This record gives sequence, structure tokens and C-alpha cells, in this order.
Amino acid sequence: MTEAVVQSAKSSNVASSTPDTMEWDSRARRVMMIYLPLSCFVVILLFPFYWMAITSFKPNAELLNFKEHNPFWISSPTLAHIKHLLFETAYPRWLKTTMFVAIGSTFLSLFASTLAAYAIERLRFRGSPYVGLGIYMAYLVPPSILFIPLATVVVQFGLFDSPLALILVYPTFLVPFCTWLLIGYFKSIPYELEECALVDGATRLQILWRVTLPLAVPGLISAGIFSFTLSWNEFIYALAFIQSSANKTVPVAILTELVSGDVYQWGALMAGSLLGSLPVAVFYSLFVDYYVSSLTGAVKE
Amino acid sequence: MSVTTLQSRSSRRIVPRQPGWLARLFDYKPFLIVICLTPAIGLLAVFLTYPLGLGVWLAFTDTTIGRRGVFVGLENFQYLLTDPLWWGAVFYSVFYTAVATFGKFALGFWLALLLNNHFPFKSLLRAIVLLPWIVPTVLSALAFWWIYDPQFSIISYLLVDVLHLRTTNIDFLGSPWPARFSLIAANIWRGIPFVAISLLAGLQTISPSLYEAAMLDGASAWQRFRYITFPMMLPILAIVMTFSIIFTFTDFQLVYAITRGGPVNSTHLLATLAFQRGIAGGELGEGAAIAVSMIPFLVFATLFSYFGLARRKWQQGESND
Repeated sequence: MTEAVVQSAKSSNVASSTPDTMEWDSRARRVMMIYLPLSCFVVILLFPFYWMAITSFKPNAELLNFKEHNPFWISSPTLAHIKHLLFETAYPRWLKTTMFVAIGSTFLSLFASTLAAYAIERLRFRGSPYVGLGIYMAYLVPPSILFIPLATVVVQFGLFDSPLALILVYPTFLVPFCTWLLIGYFKSIPYELEECALVDGATRLQILWRVTLPLAVPGLISAGIFSFTLSWNEFIYALAFIQSSANKTVPVAILTELVSGDVYQWGALMAGSLLGSLPVAVFYSLFVDYYVSSLTGAVKE
Repeated sequence: MSVTTLQSRSSRRIVPRQPGWLARLFDYKPFLIVICLTPAIGLLAVFLTYPLGLGVWLAFTDTTIGRRGVFVGLENFQYLLTDPLWWGAVFYSVFYTAVATFGKFALGFWLALLLNNHFPFKSLLRAIVLLPWIVPTVLSALAFWWIYDPQFSIISYLLVDVLHLRTTNIDFLGSPWPARFSLIAANIWRGIPFVAISLLAGLQTISPSLYEAAMLDGASAWQRFRYITFPMMLPILAIVMTFSIIFTFTDFQLVYAITRGGPVNSTHLLATLAFQRGIAGGELGEGAAIAVSMIPFLVFATLFSYFGLARRKWQQGESND
């Protein structure tokens, strides 16, 4: 029924011509009730990014003078802020560290949660649902409660100020989510396929590697993207466990290294934020559908 | 099967090709279960369960950075109860969570209803809407900090120079109440996409036939929302709200990035106060006590939102899947 409505609305723009459209679906009303609020939402949701982007290309004179320059546009764009950021600060280094940490923790958590999800969903032992629930419950423990004791644990392990600490700690919030997501995916793969492989004499690990995993690739991609963005964005652990400037991740470094003195370098700050957001934004735009499905899939479970 | 027949036919010299003990071990189910669960459970046990217990223990000691503490009983908590800063943080955490959650859900639900309509470029729009959610919070918080600048705020510019609604710039972050509301606005901005997209997924599972039936009965748009959409969405609302409340109450990044608890400590959340005392100030025991004091609020909020909203589904006698 809804498909028919779309079709008719698209083709004729006068939606009320078909009998089963809603009576209020006139064009003017539709503009008022849907397009107007929707565009308000989009403008407000995107404005900070626009402002971020436009600030990073503005020369300082324009940045701080709204009287003579229209603040919403740039009259003479400049790359000075980005140049400053890339060549006069340790920004490339921070980007590299963040990338290393994000990729490392993503792979670690994918590895751990694939095995765990396989054991819970496919090897089925007594109490496996409770193990699944227990892992999921770990997601409800927020990092704000954990970071102080974790800091002492990290010091005990001699990992303080090392990116390795972050790679090991991030799975605490990545593994529960990924496991839950992958359990859902494994559930959707017919068990008969595995039984066939078992009859053919494959070992369990061969089945996991050759049969189940190839079929669960969309789930793995969703979980991977989610883990990557979450670990790229992580802040409180990186702030608490990393001290030396060189080992900081982008979000922490921008806030603690670039914000200095009383006069804020807004151009450089915004350029740093823009560049720091770009990798996740690009990554995200390549895999939007996986991302949305992982987000909504987890909620629906 | 084929292996054994081959062996019987071939000469005795060939050693029967038994799978190695390693392969057999890995096919032994209990062993395999243990192996598969070890990485995940191990990571969670070492870096989540153990610190959680350690945190509770630390809260009862006077540990500082570089010195092992001794057990001091409830001293930390007694001190917190007399500490106006802690009470201020409790107040603002509750206020922040309540107002921001309400705002996020009102606006997010509205956005989800809007996105549930049919219009061109729908998937593109859905992708755009999620952007505030995926971009690092600290970085968008910096953008908000710049938007809230006392001198060069774009909002002030709009209100003063373009719309002429005010004569002076708004001092967003300079005094307590405006600062509190500015942070809440930033939090709502960041939270809307998650709520909207999750609820949109829920909306799409509602069968259109329910609406058709209601329309045949002459239900108005409001009645359709009130008696179909809303009740059908309650279970998913309960889950999303539980998550939202937990992560808003324990929020750290936004406040730390924009105000660091100022002006005059008016915008401290419990998490930022714990960081300030525990890591920056070195009083690990006291910081842990502040962090632990969040737990009762979280448990209460979770139970409240979960049972408060999910109850109706049980009352209807549906099975809880």
C-alpha cells in the first residue's frame, strides 16, 4: 500500500488522486508538516560542521571581524591553518597513533567476539545464553565508572602512556557490542550448511573459517566499522592513560595540545577537528548501510 | 570413511592417517568452547570486571597516585556527603540527564516520524542525519565551543546584527545557568541522530495494516499516533532510553571539552568531578568514590526506564522476545 502511495506521489505530485492516500496528504500540507521541519533538522544538525569547515579556511582577519565580512562565507580562503597544523604541530603523528589504535583494537575485538559469538551461538553448551547475556551486560558499564581503577591496572601492567594500553582496553566496550551483533548474524545462517560440512568430515574450526565466516561477512563489516568509529572517537581512556604528547590520539591531542594560552587559535582548532572527523566520515559514507543496519540491528535484538 | 578404505587396500607400510592430536583436541567440543570464549571473557574479566571490583575497593581506601591506600571504610562517602561540589555535580548530572533525554527523545521521535515518510533522497538524508553521531564528540564539542564564544558567537551575531532581537552578545559559557543549558543543547544535538535512527527502525516494523484499519475506523492522525505508533514503539523506546540515560548520565567528553566544569564548578557532572579529583588531582580513592556513587543512580534510572516503559507490553500478555 505504501509503495503505491510513493509511486503515485512521485508520478503525479498530486497524491490525493488515488483513493487510498491519506486525506491530509495535500501538497501544501505536506510541505508544512514534513519538508519544513525536516529541513530545519538538517540545517541544525549540519550547521556545526559547516561552521567548522568554513572556520578552518578563513584567514584570521575575517575570522574575528563580523562587521566587515559576512561570517557565513569566506572572501579569501586560505590553507594557512591546515598548513600550520600539518607542518608545525605533531598532528600527522597523532593521526598515525589514532589510526594504529583504532585498527588494532578493531581487529582484536573482531577476533575475540567472532570466536565468542560462534561458541555461544553454534557450539551451544549449557548456559550459553547466560554467557551471551553476561557479555552483553558488560556494554552497560560506562567507561566513566571504570577509568580510575583501569588507570591503576594499566600502571600495574606497565602500559601507562603506551598506545598498546588503549588497544587492550577499548575491546571492553567493543567486544560486547560486536559479539551481540555477530550472534545475530550467525543465527541467520542456516545450521544445515554446517551439518553438511560436519558430515563431510570438516573440523569445527574449518567450518568456522570456511563456511560460517564467509557467510557472516556483512556482519563482520558492520561490527568492524562500528568498532573503528567508536575507538577513533574514544576520549576518556585516552585522556587518562596517555601522557606524552607524541602518543596522544587526535581527540585528546587537539583538546590538550592545541588549546593553549588565552587566545584560542580557532582556525587551527577547527581545521584539526575537521581533519580528525574526516577519516570516520569518509569511512562511514562508504559503508552507511552496514552502519545503519548494525545500529538498528543491535537495538532490535 | 574414504581414508580407511584407502588404507585397507594399500600396503601395510603406510601409517594410517589419523588426525593429529592437536586437530583432535580442537575438535573436542568442551575444549573448543573454552578456547573460543577465552579471548572475549579474558579481555572483559581483566579490563572490565576486575577494574569494576577494584574501583569499588578503591572507593573505600585513601589511595593516591603513587601510594597504596589503606582501608578507610565509608570515610570517602561521608566526606562526599558534606561536599557541596559533589551535591552540585549530582544535581547537574540529574538535571542534565533529565532535560537532555527529554529533548533528545522528543526531537528524535519527531525526526524519526518525519523520516518515516516517503520523499526523494531518503537514504541520503538518513545518512546525513547520522553525521553528528559518528563524528568524534570532542571535535564537535570544539565546534560548539566556538559557536558559544562570548565575542564571536555566530548565534549572537544572528540575534544581534541580523535579527536585531538583542542588543548585547549572549554570554553562553560565562555564567552558570546559560552554561548549563548550552551544554544540554550540545548534548541534545549529538543525541538526536541515534534516537531518530533507532526509532525509525522500530517505526518500520509497525505493520501498515494497523494504520489502514484505524483509518477505516476514522481515526485522526493524532489518534493514530497515540493509539498505534506510541504503544507499538514502547518496547524499543524502553531499550533506547535505557542506553541513552546511562550514557548521558555518565557523559564526560562534552563537558570536559567545553567548560571543564566551570564557571565556578557549576557544570560539573559526576564523571568530570571524578576525573578532576581522581586523575588530575591524584586522589584515586576519592575519585573512585565519586565514580561509584554514580552506580545507584544508573541502576535506578535503568530500572525506571526499563520497567516503566516495558511494563505495558507485559500487561498485554505478549511473550517477551
